[in-house]
Formats: sequence, C-alpha cells, structure tokens
Amino acid sequence: MHPSQSSRATVRIQNRLGLHARPAMSFVDTANGFDCEIRVRKGGQVVDGKSIMQMMMLAATQGTELHLQADGPDAGTAVAALTELVDRKFDED
Amino acid sequence: MKLNDLIIPTAIVPQLEHTDRDSAIEELIDALIASRSVSKALRGDLIKLIIDREKKGSTGFGKGVAVPHVKHAKIKGMAAAIGVSQQGVDFNSLDKSPVYSIILLLSPENKPDEHLQAMENIFSNLQNDTFRRFLRQSTTVEEIQDLIQEADAQQLQG
Repeated sequence: MHPSQSSRATVRIQNRLGLHARPAMSFVDTANGFDCEIRVRKGGQVVDGKSIMQMMMLAATQGTELHLQADGPDAGTAVAALTELVDRKFDED
Repeated sequence: MKLNDLIIPTAIVPQLEHTDRDSAIEELIDALIASRSVSKALRGDLIKLIIDREKKGSTGFGKGVAVPHVKHAKIKGMAAAIGVSQQGVDFNSLDKSPVYSIILLLSPENKPDEHLQAMENIFSNLQNDTFRRFLRQSTTVEEIQDLIQEADAQQLQG
C-alpha cells in the first residue's frame, strides 16, 4: 500500500464575486472532507486550504489563478473535487 | 488597504452591551449610523440582511472572532465597526465558542474586488495571535485605535 500520494492542479476563480466568504466556506468544507493535507498558493502566498480564515487572506478575485497541492492518501480525489467546485463557480453567477 | 481605511473611529465599541448575536449586530449598525457612515433609513434593511447571512452560515469562523458583513447598493464606500465583548457573544460560531471581537463590514454592492481586499486585511490581522489577544483585552476606544495603528504599521509580532 502507498498511503502517500500527491496531487496538484491550477484553477482559475471564475465567479464574478471571487472567493468571498460563502465560496471560501464551500471550499474549506469540501477540503475538510478529505484526510490529505491541502495547500493553496496564490503567487508567493501559501495557505492551508482547510482553514477559512487563511483562505480569506487570499483575496482571490475573479480571474485569480490558484495552485492546489494535496498530500495524503486521498489527494487525487480531493484535488478533483476542489477543481470541480471552482470550475462550477461555486454555484454562483 | 489598511484597517485605518476601513474602521470608522467613532464606530469602535470597546464594551458591547449585548451578548446575543442579533443585538450585538444592531449595536454595531447603530454605531455606524451615529458616525454618519450609513443612513438611518437603511438600518432595518442592513440588520435583516446581516442576520439572514449569519443564519445561512456563521461568520464566527473560530478563535473568538466574527466578521458579519453585507453588500448593499446604497452603501457608497466601505465602512467597518469593531465591537469587543468581555463576556463573549454567542455567534453560533463554527467552533461553538463565544466571540469576543466582532468586525462588522459594510461594502458597496458593485465592488467585489475591494470587498475581498478588505476581508483579506481583516483576516490577516485576526489570524495574528497578538492582534487578536490585544483586541480582546482592549477596554477603551483609544486602546483599539492604537492597536489599529500598530497593526497597519506592521509593528505587531506574528
């Protein structure tokens, strides 16, 4: 068994209002459904994708590129779920 | 963007009277109205929108802080109030703990990027243990104003 897995993806925030509190909460809720560690990077800033306070520090406006990195047993599924959430614009717009 | 650009000095309430969420929100809105940051005509509307927002998902994100907020077409510029409670306010927080510091933010409806910048600034500070501790310990407007100056000048230890 290989418990350690790594997965990455780059996503772009597409909804008009950006990553404000509600979508940030959806992101964190989704992230917390997985065991892996999830880091989100914007430029040189890296935050914990499972912390709402840290995610709000990204000020990710519409068009912002975010780099997701997951490490842990369910990293692949986690990145796929988070990418899907961002791509469907958090059900906004 | 700095805290000083957001926080209305006369809307700093170092000793909140109420310990329930809805009344604390009303106190802070009233402080913003008394500061002439927002029209009294919007009072009911804003309070209802903020409470409705809280019911959908608490902005008490843990660590004893809450950031209730609303975007409104009739808000011209961003304005924030700060409330500190020694007893703690029941904000239905994610971690189920009371909140001791509340930053209430009003944003114009059509400036989502500025809203995110303001939230970024607020959360960067609230994420800082020293800022959070000093804010909670403050009992006067002057202490909170000094804290804001130090935070904006990045003089606080992380």
